[in-house]
Amino acid sequence: MAEAGFEPRIVAFLCRWCAGAGADLAGTSRLQYPPNAIPIRVNCSGRVEPSWVVDALRSGADGVLIGGCHPGDCHYMVGNYKARRRVYLLRKVLEELGVEPERVRLEWVSATEGARFARVMTEFVEELRRLGPLQGNGQG
Amino acid sequence: MFVCHCGKNIAGTVDVARVSEALARHPGVVYATHHEYMCSEPGQELLRRAIREHRLTGAVVAACSPSMHETTFRRAAASAGLNPYLVEIANIREQCSWVHEGPAATDKAIRVARTMVEKVKGNHPLTPVEVGHAEKCLVVGGGIAGIQAALDVADAGFEVLLVEKSPTIGGRMAQLSETFPTLDCSQCILTPKMVEAAHHPRIRLLTYSEVEEVSGFIGNYHVRIRKKPTYVNPDRCNLCGECAKVCPIRVPSEFDCGLSERAAIYIPFPQAVPSSYTLDEGSCLGLVPLRCGECAKVCEPRAIDFDMHEELLEEDVGAIILATGYELYPKEAMAEYGHGTVPDVIDGLQFERILSASGPTRGEVRRPSDGRVPKEVVFIQCSGSRDPELHKPYCSKICCMYTAKHALLFRHAVPDGKAYVFYIDIRAGGKGYEEFVNRAMEEEGILYLRGKVAKVFRDGDKVMVWGVDTLTGKRVEVAADLVVLAQAVVPTTGAPELARKLRAAVDAHGFLQEAHPKLRPLEALTGGIFLAGAAHAPKDIPEAVAQGSGAAAKAVAILSAPVLTHSPEVAEVDEALCSGCRICAPQCPYTAITVDEVAHVNEILCEGCGTCVAACPSGAMTMRNLSDVQVQSMIRAALSEVPEPAEVKGG
Repeated sequence: MAEAGFEPRIVAFLCRWCAGAGADLAGTSRLQYPPNAIPIRVNCSGRVEPSWVVDALRSGADGVLIGGCHPGDCHYMVGNYKARRRVYLLRKVLEELGVEPERVRLEWVSATEGARFARVMTEFVEELRRLGPLQGNGQG
Repeated sequence: MFVCHCGKNIAGTVDVARVSEALARHPGVVYATHHEYMCSEPGQELLRRAIREHRLTGAVVAACSPSMHETTFRRAAASAGLNPYLVEIANIREQCSWVHEGPAATDKAIRVARTMVEKVKGNHPLTPVEVGHAEKCLVVGGGIAGIQAALDVADAGFEVLLVEKSPTIGGRMAQLSETFPTLDCSQCILTPKMVEAAHHPRIRLLTYSEVEEVSGFIGNYHVRIRKKPTYVNPDRCNLCGECAKVCPIRVPSEFDCGLSERAAIYIPFPQAVPSSYTLDEGSCLGLVPLRCGECAKVCEPRAIDFDMHEELLEEDVGAIILATGYELYPKEAMAEYGHGTVPDVIDGLQFERILSASGPTRGEVRRPSDGRVPKEVVFIQCSGSRDPELHKPYCSKICCMYTAKHALLFRHAVPDGKAYVFYIDIRAGGKGYEEFVNRAMEEEGILYLRGKVAKVFRDGDKVMVWGVDTLTGKRVEVAADLVVLAQAVVPTTGAPELARKLRAAVDAHGFLQEAHPKLRPLEALTGGIFLAGAAHAPKDIPEAVAQGSGAAAKAVAILSAPVLTHSPEVAEVDEALCSGCRICAPQCPYTAITVDEVAHVNEILCEGCGTCVAACPSGAMTMRNLSDVQVQSMIRAALSEVPEPAEVKGG
């Protein structure tokens, strides 16, 4: 199913305190990872609305990453738990609709985990390359 | 649109001219350029001039992370007349040029810059929320950290409420004999500070009191304090002590860690502040109806007042300093060391009382069971610490030092005595600390044995200690007269519950959580709440004092501010759309949302996480400058193809 040379498009919603700061640290540490994801900074992973994820997938994204703080470390105390519940349900809905739930990833990356951020990005891109383009993309 | 080269940091990877040219053609962009260093003065002037000349209604600087220069560019824009909230940073360095290479990096930079242009197009000019504040500080805990914090805040000119739950301030430091590494008498250096706090015109001492309820937010906390009755008027009490002599009750003394007894009417120690006896209602024969009353009969100054009532105080404070201190992990939890049932197995604080000149033995080292002078004393370090399987995983930090001090003071008191110290490692990181431990090891004839003690049990009038010296690999058995356990340091009972009332987070062990482990060690995550002393983590006296002063400086910054400001990028309700369904309110960790017919957001309490916005089913709750509509166009800007330069040439 994967096409040769297929490069997935990803939208990454990163919380500013942990995942976003972790992404900055990956930069400061010059850790290379594939450039497929366009980051959108939010204050908290709890701000991410499931409809945004659907919107991104409908607008041409092959995958969506949501990056938040580790459980217990949320800058706003519990936003990441809300994100976890929402993503859990959203993945179930996507599965019903025939979209591989693996296309939506929720990852905890702390501000000190630059290496982890780079690894998460690399793995996600590899996984999406395996999955191939999201069917129906680019058609509406 | 301003694209920064950042020297070669960005321009070495990303084709900045191409980014600028692509963005120039993006809808809504009227001006696009690139510059060697946007953060330099000429770079900022470029921004200011463009704002004025092109009458810009928004600006995007594609440069380093917004955590670096967002403030710089927003300030520059403001000076040219553009509302700072209409300026956004596109991060094309940390999240692009430093982590990618080749044309793909340029492509990503264009997409990232486009998303921020789309965001700015939807941004509204905002003004920081201004809020007034109380000019009083609450300090919870009257140990050395709290005393220091209270003194520093009061010296800076602000009123302080110093709340302490026991009848006197002084805390743990008042119980100590001498302090490492200088062997200063602990009470001698502490009591002047206690007196200073008591007489300071701007410190109101509330001993025998507890914080019952806290509401509000940074600068505007409302606290309710319950002050228990002491049944003794401190202004009249002359400390003659006749009351305690006639009192028929004897209970274990808290101050002496159970090694002596006190009457129901008592003073914890002679230099207690406030300088007054306290009638402990819990151990008294009975006040309602009065069952005994002997104390009042002998009280010449008529200080005892059985009709005293508890008081509830309501106060508004701008900042709160938590200095609730520590206690020792109970000996009863140490099954391997006799479950706390062997009288001559004591903890470190008990040994402090035994060594103390004001203690139950007047400073003579005598063991609790029979009052004999112990000749063989075993000190066990890390008792309950660094033991993730059974007890606490962390290092309690102060025990290596105080055990060395204990062993040394014992050897001074009992020159023909033998001291053994079992240890895992020696951690003596502090000014003069390593030297002090070396002195104990080399000059004072104390036998340090590297290894853990497996078992401690009573054998006749001896306490048997079975351990291993891991350096020689030999089993060690000591028939000791006294065993001192350096018990783990744990937060004071009830302190984590108090922290919860203040919405100040605690860690897995109940210690207060700082806002950032490296850069914000004095602040709780909740604004306006600061941490001092061992309530935050095991700490020695100089560290507790330093943190007390640091927390005071932080509190004074709030109390002295003419007005507090708060980010306006918070949630807001479109009342026309809100159905009053109440789904949002429980999402909020700051209780910033109230709902009557419709929801209302307290913009001062709201921290802007947006969790409520994501939960709102009717789209009534929005986030200022990050609305759903903005995010939708950001998503499209991120995903739509980047046109080739040739395709649109001349367009």
